[in-house]
Parts: sequence; C-alpha cells; structure tokens
Amino acid sequence: MSELSVNHLLGIKYLKESDIQLIFETADHFKEVLNRSIKKVPSLRDITIANIFFENSTRTRLSFELAEKRLSADVVNFSAGQSSVKKGETLIDTVNNILSMKVDMVVMRHPNPGAGIFLSKHVKSAIVNAGDGAHEHPTQALLDSYSIREKLGDVSGKNVLIVGDILHSRVALSNIFALKLQGANVKVCGPKTLMPKYIESLGVEVEPDLRKALNWCDVANMLRIQNERLDISYFPTTREYTQQYGVNKALLNSLDKEIVIMHPGPINRGVEITSDVADSKQSIILDQVENGVAIRMAVIYLLASKIK
Amino acid sequence: MSQKVLLSSKEINIILHRLACQLLENHLNFKDTVLIGLQPRGIYLAVRLAKILKEDYGVDHIDLGFLDITFFRDDFRRGDKTLEANKTKIDFLVEDKNVVFIDDVLYTGRSINAALTAIQSFGRPKEVELLTLIDRRFSRHLPIQPNYRGRQVDAINGEKVKVMWEENDGEDVVYLVKT
Repeated sequence: MSELSVNHLLGIKYLKESDIQLIFETADHFKEVLNRSIKKVPSLRDITIANIFFENSTRTRLSFELAEKRLSADVVNFSAGQSSVKKGETLIDTVNNILSMKVDMVVMRHPNPGAGIFLSKHVKSAIVNAGDGAHEHPTQALLDSYSIREKLGDVSGKNVLIVGDILHSRVALSNIFALKLQGANVKVCGPKTLMPKYIESLGVEVEPDLRKALNWCDVANMLRIQNERLDISYFPTTREYTQQYGVNKALLNSLDKEIVIMHPGPINRGVEITSDVADSKQSIILDQVENGVAIRMAVIYLLASKIK
Repeated sequence: MSQKVLLSSKEINIILHRLACQLLENHLNFKDTVLIGLQPRGIYLAVRLAKILKEDYGVDHIDLGFLDITFFRDDFRRGDKTLEANKTKIDFLVEDKNVVFIDDVLYTGRSINAALTAIQSFGRPKEVELLTLIDRRFSRHLPIQPNYRGRQVDAINGEKVKVMWEENDGEDVVYLVKT
C-alpha cells in the first residue's frame, strides 16, 4: 500500500489506519529533508495550491505555506477579510473563480462545519481541510499523533488525555478519531458544560477529576479555552476553570509518573497551563509545531500524487 | 517470461574487486572522497565496495552515505502509483569532496540526473563520479556516462536487468529478464 485511500483530506473520520501510517512514514522522510542545509525538494514544481482562510490562523497557515514551498509548489494566499466574500460572493463561486486560474489543490479553513466536504462535492480540486468550525482539524491530529509516536515510540496502547473545551474543539474530535484508529486509549476531562452529549459513543471515557486523569495518562493534550466560540457562559470564571482544569508545575511534580504535555496552540499562558509547564522538559509543544510542517508536506505530497 | 544469467556470483565477486581497485587507484586513501549509494538498489553495491576496500585493501576510513532521490525525480504524477521514498542517510558534508555515486544499473540516466540535483542539498561537491555494476548501452535519455562500470550490456527496451544481492535476495546474481 503506497497510496492514500482518499483524494481529499476532509477529516480523520474518512481515513484508514494504513493511511495514517503512510502519512507518518512519508513525514519521516520529509523531516530528514527539513534538517538538511537546503530544506527544499522539487517534487511539486508543477502544482499550484491555494490557501483559502475564512478564519484567522497563524500557525496552521504558516505551516501549510512553508510545507507547500518546501515542496516547490506555487502558492497563492487568500484571506476572507480582504476579499469579495465581504461583497456577498458564495463559497463555491469564490473557490471556482480561484480554480479557473488553474489551481490544483485547495487548503481551506472555514468557520462552518462540513465546508470542506461541501466543497469537495462541487469543485474539481483536491481539498485539504485546515479546520472547519467545531468539526475537524485533521492535520493537527496527525501531527499530534506523530509527535506522540516520536516521543514514545508508538501510539497504540498509550493512554492519552484531552483536557478542556471538548465541545467546541475540532482538535479534540480529530484527535479522538486518530488516536482510536491507532489503538490508543482516550479519556477526556473538562467542565461538564463543555462535554458533548454523545462523547461516550466515540469510545471515550469522561474523567471529571483532573488529578486522577493525569495519573492515568502517558500524554496530556491541553486544549485552549476558545473564548471566541463561547457564546454563553460555560463556566463561572476563568480563574475557577484554571483552579479545576489548569495544570501547573506543582501538580505535574506531584504525579506518580512523568507525563508528556502537549498543546495545539495558541496557549493562554496561566489558564490551561502555566508558563513553567509549557516551557518544561515534559512539554513537546514546539516539537508539535516542527512536526506540523513535515506532516503537511506528507499530506500534500501524497494527495498531489493522486492528481492526474 | 524468460531469464538468463548475465553474471554469476563468482563473476560479480571478480568485478567488485576490480571496481574497488579502480576506485583505489583514483582516490588512494579516500580522505577527500565519499561514496554515496543510491536508494533503493544501489546501497547494497555501495556497502559491498566499502567492505572490500576496508577489509581487502586496508582503507581505514570511508565516508559512506545513502541518497534517496524520490522527491527529485522528474516523473512525479506521470506513473499510476505514488512514488515511495526511502531513507537518506548522509552524516557528513559533501562540500569540496569527491563524490562517487554508486548504483546497480545505469539505464536512462534520469535517476543520476535527479541524484545530481539532490546531492546539492548537502553541499557543493568538488567533483562527482558515477560507478555502476551494469551499464545498459544505447538506452540513455540524457548525456550521462559512468566513470566505473562493471559490465556493459546491450538490452532492448522490453528487457529488464535484475541485480540480486545475497544480503537482500539470497544470492549474488544478475539476470536479463525478457517479458
């Protein structure tokens, strides 16, 4: 098996375990390329990629753009803020206009869940979902698993805890799909108001007590409180959230074993984790960012090779 | 499908020693020379030659690396299958070194062309040479010729040259396969 089973990366839900392994193996090769003095390969010199972001992003957008450029693809960037979307153009029209300029692949972030899936049914181009509302953020989940694999050797059989706003988090959902597919055990922890109703149907256990949960896990993925998505008050105050669900160095040191700390960024320092935890030896937050480029190169390379 | 033996294990052994001697003649102590086996099939020949040079000819240190050229190939998206990469392992700088590319079969020359681009990511070599076990004559798409060749073969396009190595395929033998 040397080919992805899909033509678009819309979500982890649509991938097979073998797809994930293929992406990881390909990313290993790209990681080696990224450590060369010349960090660029000419594979995609005849491919043009449009990065279409209808929502703000720093890390993901930069990471995608770097990955595309390291593969020698031509890149065009588009932000909804400065575009005709403001004049009332529809999503399909916007994208078809871009595609008529002979673009082969679209990397899209959109505030509406399912925007990528919708697009893939209506336009002729490979689509990579760079986050669609509270639905999925597949490349983030892939780089998270890849970072666990790099740190602990394997994802299968590991205990992974996801802490925070599970309800609004596309990172959480994609991570749960990816981790379960690879045979990891997953627990979630956070305020009951931020737990989806059907969370247990995903094969995930809810552990309300943070200390217990941390003692159980090998890896804790600390999610950001997404203030921009919290339309109503889900917990009394940020301070109270931090007291119950925030990780500080004292808590980390009091655990039975040394666990790995992850965070998809951007960090609210002092809310979900304190600075000394984010910058500690146990944290692999910056490794995640580094691996993000290799993972995105692998995804783009594998999808581009299916464009005929 | 029929196949005939082009080189037996004994012949391969003689050729490997001759190639090692030719390398030695031009590079003496290998102080400024690095051997680069091209993935996936050139690495066995490279390892073999390095071993002969060390054990039989007393060269005490050889820089040996493996170069994968998948991402530098010019046929991306032209075939049906995704091109699968192999590991690149070059733990030294090639800046100002004499680089010897080592591959099992030289056919169209496109792999070597890709390798010439790929090696630049690791520095600017002083000189690049090419060593191949089998040189398929009359089949080149590019003006590339080997500096060291094991055996020259006239094979038509429908034929395939298959090089087998003991460590990977169970025996040392080279076949000409007619399909």
